[in-house]
Amino acid sequence: MQLEQMYQQVIMDHYKHPHGKGLRDPFDVEVHHVNPTCGDEITLRVKLGGSGEAVAVEDVSFEGQGCSISQASASVMFDQVEGTSLTEALRANEEFSALMQSAVQDQELDEELLGDAIAFSGVAQYPARIKCALLAWMAFKDAASQALAKEQTS
Amino acid sequence: MSAQPLDVSRIKKDFPILQRTVRDGKRLVYLDSGATSQKPNAVLDAERHYYETSNAAAHRGAHQLAEESTLAYEAARAKVAAFVGAQPDEIIFTKNATESLNLIAYTFLNATTKAARGESLPDGAERFVLKPGDEIVVSEMEHHANLVPWQELCAKTGATLRWFGITEAGRLHAEEGISNLINERTKVVSLVHQSNILGTVNLLGLPFKRAREVGALCVVDACQSIPHMPVDVNNIYADQGADLVAWSGHKMLGPTGIGVLWGRREVLDSMPPFLSGGSMIETVTMQGTTFAKPPQRFEAGVPMMAQAVGLGAAVDYLNEIGMDRIAEHEHELTEYTLPRLSEIDGLTIVGPNTSADRGSTFSFVVDGIHPHDVGQVLDSHGVAVRVGHHCAWPTCQHFKIPATVRASMYLYNDFADVDALVDGVRDAQKFFGVS
Ligand SMILES: Cc1ncc(COP(=O)(O)O)c(C=O)c1O
Repeated sequence: MQLEQMYQQVIMDHYKHPHGKGLRDPFDVEVHHVNPTCGDEITLRVKLGGSGEAVAVEDVSFEGQGCSISQASASVMFDQVEGTSLTEALRANEEFSALMQSAVQDQELDEELLGDAIAFSGVAQYPARIKCALLAWMAFKDAASQALAKEQTS
Repeated sequence: MSAQPLDVSRIKKDFPILQRTVRDGKRLVYLDSGATSQKPNAVLDAERHYYETSNAAAHRGAHQLAEESTLAYEAARAKVAAFVGAQPDEIIFTKNATESLNLIAYTFLNATTKAARGESLPDGAERFVLKPGDEIVVSEMEHHANLVPWQELCAKTGATLRWFGITEAGRLHAEEGISNLINERTKVVSLVHQSNILGTVNLLGLPFKRAREVGALCVVDACQSIPHMPVDVNNIYADQGADLVAWSGHKMLGPTGIGVLWGRREVLDSMPPFLSGGSMIETVTMQGTTFAKPPQRFEAGVPMMAQAVGLGAAVDYLNEIGMDRIAEHEHELTEYTLPRLSEIDGLTIVGPNTSADRGSTFSFVVDGIHPHDVGQVLDSHGVAVRVGHHCAWPTCQHFKIPATVRASMYLYNDFADVDALVDGVRDAQKFFGVS
């Protein structure tokens, strides 16, 4: 049945027991993103640490409401970017976008970068849900680039 | 099960799309007519026939095709007019209801801007001239199409937007304070006839009676009423008509790309144009232009002939069945659906849960499952519903919910479709482990 292809067990687990949820201090930047077609919302904070090549994602925290896909995706994203270098986090972000646009073949996917996010390949088959899956990742990208710009100007 | 007023199995056969299957062979259960209706063969055939035999630019050209095309376009106008108890020259074809409502809002803006510059305006246009402090009244259950254009108009003119609230039961909060809400400063009262999210049919008598007392313009968004019940624009309430009524063709079995604005003749006569260009002029020189009479004044450019012909065929199709019977049929669907949905533990109907003064549009939320996920499970059953805020975000905010699942029905739906919906919702509860 097609439903299980989309709602894989990993996704349901993240949805029911999200990782990293709740807004935390300190943070460099807070962003608020919405998906205007369905009303899903996320508020996301990023705290960067280190400098130059060694800039790392010290914390990413979020609060939001939305469907299982958007909530699970935020939890998976947290796992993939928290504590990694910013470069790595942004690469994971790009890889996930590519996965959602079905722009890469399965065998070419970087499983290390994607972690549990690989389970979202089924979601990519449903155009209406891609935005749900991308919401948290887009919010992270936005917050991280703002935080980086802030750091560079200060 | 009582006998249904319509032979739905026969009606379904008129709609080719209802014969297809979706998601690996499931019967299509189309419960999204509030967004757009499906089209019967009669409409598809009429459009095709027009293109095959008479296509030419209406109201232009001296050849036989142009003549036939003009006749076909104007015949469609006459059919639409008769359908709502109006005169043909009171019917303006637009792109959709959104454009019809923007046309009204821009009439105010254009009249206000021209008046400020001392430019000439049609007789009676003063009522469209706004100043800071003037008020516009809508409701909290408006579709964005009957809210955002007014917000924009207020931002440009300094007028103030005010609104009727909603009761817990999903009805217009119309009794209390109405004489304060609609007062001497009120220039327009623009209300939805049937809510696209709650299903509520608004009794417009009270607000419009008050609007008349203070000389405000009465505007109706009839997108969800005209397709589903007999509506006489001159008798919207107690033998009284509205001033302007907007609706879309694609929600009443017609093609996309055509909407309607009806206006009382003297109101249309007093309105300056919205879109300008070809076909809407009387005389043009390099120094300036005078404008045609309504309805041409409001139909700039080559019109949507084929869509008008299609809409005319939709009107014929609806008339043949009878709007009374369609309304009765939808009422029976409502009487069947409300208790069936209420049987489901954890399901809450957002909107009136009684069948009086409500249409067969049902919004609901299910405890523990986001509407988007409910919609996905329904889709896997072949049941097409809409999820989200349905372009009525403030209504969702009123009920403190991010979104709803909405099943909206029409003449081609039957009890079996409702059963499929109920089964699908139960399955969603099972799938998400909340039942
Ligand atoms: C109540 C109501 N008003 C206005 C509209 C706008 O109609 P359209 O999108 O066809 O312009 C709709 C439908 O989308 C509606 O349901």
